[in-house]
Amino acid sequence: MQEAATSLASSPPTQNEAALIERIRKGERELFYELIRPYERRVYAAAFAILRNEADAEDAAQEAVLKAFRYIKQFRSEAKFSTWLIQIAINEARMRRRKQHPELMEPIADRQDESGDYVPRDFADWREIPSETLERKEVRERLAEALASLGQIYRDVFILRDMQHLSIEETASALKISTASVKTRLLRARLMLRDLLAPGFGGPWFSQASFGKGAKPW
Amino acid sequence: MVVNCEEVWREVSNYVDGEVGPDLRVAMDQHFSTCKRCTSVLAGMQNVVQLYGDESMVSVPLGYSHRLHRRLEEDMHPSRRTFFGWMVAAAATVLVAGGFEAARSSGRLPHLRSPHAQLASAVPPEMMVVIYPNGKTFHVAGCTYIPSQAHLQSVKASEAEREGYTPCVRCLKKYLTQSTFSSDTPLRTV
Repeated sequence: MQEAATSLASSPPTQNEAALIERIRKGERELFYELIRPYERRVYAAAFAILRNEADAEDAAQEAVLKAFRYIKQFRSEAKFSTWLIQIAINEARMRRRKQHPELMEPIADRQDESGDYVPRDFADWREIPSETLERKEVRERLAEALASLGQIYRDVFILRDMQHLSIEETASALKISTASVKTRLLRARLMLRDLLAPGFGGPWFSQASFGKGAKPW
Repeated sequence: MVVNCEEVWREVSNYVDGEVGPDLRVAMDQHFSTCKRCTSVLAGMQNVVQLYGDESMVSVPLGYSHRLHRRLEEDMHPSRRTFFGWMVAAAATVLVAGGFEAARSSGRLPHLRSPHAQLASAVPPEMMVVIYPNGKTFHVAGCTYIPSQAHLQSVKASEAEREGYTPCVRCLKKYLTQSTFSSDTPLRTV
C-alpha cells in the first residue's frame, strides 16, 4: 500500500483534472477538449502499439476518446483519468485486433507457465545508445517488430508500463492482474526484448556499410 | 548478502525500476562489478526501457489532433454541423450512392449513352467495330441495323465501350450477357 501511495504521489497533480471532470459531468462539455489534450498522443501510441497500423490506430484512438466522453459519468474519481482513458484505448485496440485477426491464436508464450524463470540467451555487448537512433525509421520498425513478436500478456504489460509510463499498480489495475504478475511479466518482456534486440544493435543493424563512413555513431 | 547470476536475472527488472530493497541492491551492485554477463543484461534492459519509453518511438500522424477534435465536435453537437458540412456530406452521399449504382451496373462503363443498353461482358477488346456520330451502339461492320452508313468510324471494341457505346443487340448478340443485367436491376438513366 505504501508502494502505491509513493508511486501515485510521483505522478503529476490531478487536482485540476478532478475539478475539470466534475464540471464536465455537470454540463460544461466543452471542457472535455482541455481534459484530454495532454493524453491525445498517449491514446494514439497505445492503440498503435497494439494495431501497428496508422489508420487503424487513429480510428481506435478516436473511438476510445469518444467512449471516454460518453461514459465520463461512469468514471470513478478514485482512479486516475489517464489510466482509465488508456485502458479504454487498449480495450478498443484489442477488440479491433480480435476482429481483424480472429484466426490468430494467442501466441504460444502466453500459454507458458509464467512462473518459470526466463534465462537470457544472448550476452552480446549492447553498449549505451543515444536516443537519436530513433530518428531512423528502420530502427523504430525493428523495435516495433520485436515488440509485436512478444506474447500478448507480456506485450500489454510492457506497453502500459514502459511506453505509457503507468505505475506498477496502475498497470495491474488496468489489466486486472496482480502487481506480482505485472512484475513477472515485465521482467520477461524486457529480457525477451533485450535478447531480440541486443545482437542487432551490437552488430548487423549498425554495420559499417549502413553508415557509409565506417564509424559507428557511438 | 551474496547473489548469483540466476537471482540477478530474476530481480534485474525490479532493480531497473528501483523496486529492490537496499540490501539486495548492494548485493546486486557487487555482482555487477564482477560479472560481465549480468552487466550486459542490465545495460541491455536499460536500453530497452530507454528506447521504448522515448516519445519519438511513435510518430502521430499529421492532423490527428484536428480530426480527433472534429469527431468529438460532431459527437457533442450533432446539430451544429455547418451548412458547408452538410453540403459536403450530401455530396459524399450522392457520390457513394452513385458509386454503388455504377458498381452494380458495370465495373467498366462510366457513362452509358443509352438508357436501354445491355452490357457486354465478352466482346473481345481488340475486335474492330464501327460507331457513328451521336450513336449509342457499336456494330460489326456491315450490320444491317446501322442507321446510316455515313461518317462511320472504325475503333476497337474496348475503346467504344470506354466511350459509353454498347454492343448492338443484333450483330453482337452472342457477346451479350444476362448475368450482368438481371431483371431486377433498374435501367440506368443518363
